[in-house]
Amino acid sequence: MKVRHKVLIVDDEPHIRKLIHAALTRADYATVEAENAREALEKLKEERPDISLLDLGLPDRDGLELVPLFKQQSDTTLIIVSARDATDQKVAALDLGADDYLTKPFDTDELLARVRVALRNRMTKDGGVSMVRAGDVEIDLINRIVVKSGKEVHLTPKEYAVLAQLAKFPGRVITHEQIMAHVWPGEKEHHVEYLRVLVRTLRQKLEADPQRPRIIGNELGIGYRLRFNVEGETEEFATGSA
Amino acid sequence: MSDPDRRDPEAFLRQATQEGRGRLKIFLGAAPGVGKTYEMLTDGMQRLNSGVDVVVGVVETHGRKETEALLVGHELIQRRSVHHMGHQLGEMDIDAILERRPQLALVDELAHTNAAGSRHPKRYQDVEELLDAGIDVYSTVNIQHVESLNDVVASFTRIRVRETVPDSILEMAEIQVVDIPPDELIERLKDGKVYIPQEATRALSHFFSKSNLTALREMALRRAAQAVDAQMLDYVRAHALAGSFAAGERILVAINELPSAQGLVRAAKRLADALKAPWSAVHIETQRSLAFSQDEREQLADNMALASRLGATTATIPAPSVTDGLRHYVEDARATQIVIGKSVRSWWFEKRHGSIVDRLVREIGDVAVHVLPGEDSTQSKKAGGQSLAQGWGKPADYLWSSLMIVAMTVIGRVLVEVIALGNIALLYLIPVMFAAATFGLRAGLFSGLLSSLAYNFFFLPPTGTLTVNNPENVISILVLLGVAVVTSQFAARVRAQANLAQSSARQNAALAGFSRQLTASASREELMQAICAEVSRLLSVRTVLLLPSRDGPQLRAALPPEDRLDQIEKAAAQWAMDNEQPAGRGSSTLTASDWLFHPLRTTRGVLGVLGLAREDAGQPLRSDQIPLLMSLLDQASIAFDRMALEEEMLDARQIGERDRLRSALLSSVSHDLRTPLTTIISGMQELQRQHPSELVTAVYAEAQRLNRFVANLLDMARVEAGALPLKVEPTDLFDAVAGAVHDTRQSLQGHEVQVDILPDIPLVRVDPTLLHHCLINLLDNAGRYADPGTPVIVRGRRLPDGITLSVLDEGPGIPTGSEARVFDTFTRLEGSDRVKHGTGLGLAIVKGFAEAMGLTVSASNNQAPFGACFTITIPQSLIISQLPHEDIL
Repeated sequence: MKVRHKVLIVDDEPHIRKLIHAALTRADYATVEAENAREALEKLKEERPDISLLDLGLPDRDGLELVPLFKQQSDTTLIIVSARDATDQKVAALDLGADDYLTKPFDTDELLARVRVALRNRMTKDGGVSMVRAGDVEIDLINRIVVKSGKEVHLTPKEYAVLAQLAKFPGRVITHEQIMAHVWPGEKEHHVEYLRVLVRTLRQKLEADPQRPRIIGNELGIGYRLRFNVEGETEEFATGSA
Repeated sequence: MSDPDRRDPEAFLRQATQEGRGRLKIFLGAAPGVGKTYEMLTDGMQRLNSGVDVVVGVVETHGRKETEALLVGHELIQRRSVHHMGHQLGEMDIDAILERRPQLALVDELAHTNAAGSRHPKRYQDVEELLDAGIDVYSTVNIQHVESLNDVVASFTRIRVRETVPDSILEMAEIQVVDIPPDELIERLKDGKVYIPQEATRALSHFFSKSNLTALREMALRRAAQAVDAQMLDYVRAHALAGSFAAGERILVAINELPSAQGLVRAAKRLADALKAPWSAVHIETQRSLAFSQDEREQLADNMALASRLGATTATIPAPSVTDGLRHYVEDARATQIVIGKSVRSWWFEKRHGSIVDRLVREIGDVAVHVLPGEDSTQSKKAGGQSLAQGWGKPADYLWSSLMIVAMTVIGRVLVEVIALGNIALLYLIPVMFAAATFGLRAGLFSGLLSSLAYNFFFLPPTGTLTVNNPENVISILVLLGVAVVTSQFAARVRAQANLAQSSARQNAALAGFSRQLTASASREELMQAICAEVSRLLSVRTVLLLPSRDGPQLRAALPPEDRLDQIEKAAAQWAMDNEQPAGRGSSTLTASDWLFHPLRTTRGVLGVLGLAREDAGQPLRSDQIPLLMSLLDQASIAFDRMALEEEMLDARQIGERDRLRSALLSSVSHDLRTPLTTIISGMQELQRQHPSELVTAVYAEAQRLNRFVANLLDMARVEAGALPLKVEPTDLFDAVAGAVHDTRQSLQGHEVQVDILPDIPLVRVDPTLLHHCLINLLDNAGRYADPGTPVIVRGRRLPDGITLSVLDEGPGIPTGSEARVFDTFTRLEGSDRVKHGTGLGLAIVKGFAEAMGLTVSASNNQAPFGACFTITIPQSLIISQLPHEDIL
């Protein structure tokens, strides 16, 4: 018998819970619902969900406070689901340990894709990924080799560091801070402009059309995301935050 | 007005030396115990709380509990102990402060004298050193410690303080008056809340009398006002704003009570115009001015009004003589040219008194004197006759003089048996001196003549006749007459000076009372009533006060209560408001009005006008009342200004409150609209997959559109609320464009989007979210107007002074002439019958967001292929160039 993955839906709006529930059920996930922070923490303990979808605007507590609690009290994969204008909040949630985020209003297919990515990352865990394919680019994380259309691409160590950081969690958004902490370890002050320059040169080396990047996606004001291939198909993620 | 030549170099220098220097703020009090230290500590605590690095250099709490409580939380710099004459003294440790380098130091009692052996003898010198080191200083001082006021204060408090602070210190400081009403201060003194050193208790109890405190308070307020004026003037001069003075010529015209003075005024005006110089008109008020007839006063007022209307500043200066007055005024006003009229006095008068022109030319160096011929001598003769008639005095004066002489004659007849004849003559000095001193020169001469006749007739042998045998006795008669002349001259001069002094004392008292009344007013209405009541009382006139409104001047206060004004009065009031000049009766404009209107001028323009009229519809003002009225108007304007400032502060608080409410409302609306939309949109998508149909697709598209409208409305509300919170970060324009293109793929269906940005375009510093919204709106707009199937181009170009990012479409373009208007709220492109869906907000949001980031937007038409072109220009200052590429890679 196939094990159904369990998803915890935390949102104070019953309609949204119902909608997410319908989408997840269609994709054969088991769901648990909570309408406030107190209930969410209870369900987290009792139900041990694999994935948690957390709305930041909860009636009894700031959703941001829940992020570290979720990570401490369980090994659930945490996806933030919140309204758009809160770039700061999203970055804060990601830096506090959330695994991904989704902007309201969202496409249910998009939601399912994020859940799939989260589950895959869960199974392989940190460092477990050894080979990632994105478009016609292959990233070998063990031998530190990047191949495009069968030809090896020469990357500088810093370029590789950026790409590897994205490839370790393919499909997941990685914040600027998280990337920079790996590329320039030990430096107190990070310069986003340096990261932007690195990403630009990476794109010139990897992308078919650097003007319309398809491999390294930008998340407005938050970070980058690597779009990768699953069973020969490229997962299509929305860029931007609107 | 920004002609750099007009800047006053000195003022500019003063401003410049303040840059990089610490700023000084002085809490000025009228007397000990008003709460200066308390105020300073409170203010300091606020600064501390707002993140300023504050230390307490020295504070004397004198054991006051509430003051001590305020020290909690402050960092105190340990005092340096000094041994002085067996006492252990704690002085401010200036080196410790300099080493600690705070942003702001609190230093109590600026006038303090340091103990012997300190670096500086005076604490204000310590403070200057702190300021030089770039440290801001708050300090406190009482008004009696201000050097220039020290004497004045001592004269009425009978206490002279040794510790003074030079005025120059006050001039560079921002002054805050710590003010409590005298009654309250006396109350505090009684409650023991004011620290008084033991040994000074008795002396100080006199100091704390109500009248003293009132006067001190007045002085403190005036000093503060003066400082504000001076700083404002410095600012105006340094920035060469309107009304600032040229460094060059300055013209002065002397005005008298004759109609011919108007010619002088006009001549001076022409001269001033030709030299582009400021000019003033001055009337020197001498003893002679007291004897002016009503007509002469009115003529003088007319002359002054004319000068003022032609742009002169006017002044009336009391002085012993015209030359003295002019000389002083020339020095004060630094005039370079004087215009005066040729005297219409007879050659004989000039021989005797010397010509004013000659004396002016002799006494005033370095000034060009223009002498113009006077006219209209008939007027002056008439005036002369009148003043002569007044000099004759009343018949009663002569009667009293005669009676006294009769009395002296009777006494003399009794005493002549006992004393020598020559001494009898001395008796007659009494009535002569009395008459001369009391009734004036002519009565004195009359008494002298009568006395000598009486002496001659009753006492000099042969008695009973008017013949004189002994030549010695002739001398007695001459002495009597001489005494009469000399005494009366002296007495008259003393009396005239006393009159002048008295009137100026009255005026000062009136002014002081006036400003007290105004200070007491709590509201604008009360203030206006108080102004009317006080001016009415002091000048014995009816008063009205009008403020500008959309339907012309509006009556706001009056005494006696007046409910309406005629059309002509309203016109005069309007004119006075518009031209900032007096109008109405007694001025030179709209004289048919019964009322005289004077504008209330402040630093922020004309506030309103004050109208004056007499019950009998006569001339509202005498010329000698004009200076008083001017002072009253000044005071009233200051009071208005103060009240306006208070209201503004209140407004600012209210605006803050309103903004908070608005953003709370916005976020709640945003949440309330978005939540159901999220469900609808996501639900429709789900439905589309499970049961695809045209209806579902249509509903989904509409829901998306609604979502975009809501987003736009919220964005617009944010733009209009002003002060968009920016989160600027280095942004790659490729990312910005790619994101926007991706998010608008639905509205751009059927159009190919071509991204044409140079590969090495530099990074820019913008708020990526705001830029994203700008691009989305421009692409949306292109999608709406572009002809079907045509491409939409996003073009990025590097220019020498910036980067342009353009969105081009092929469509109807923008109607000629409305290129700028398209960015206005709710403007849609007309001139084409294809009205497109849209809120009319998109482009306004683009403009609002772009400008918030420091970018500019423009719209134009592209020629080949024809279509609209919207361009966002990123200025050079926001472009990140010169990145160390080698280091990064």
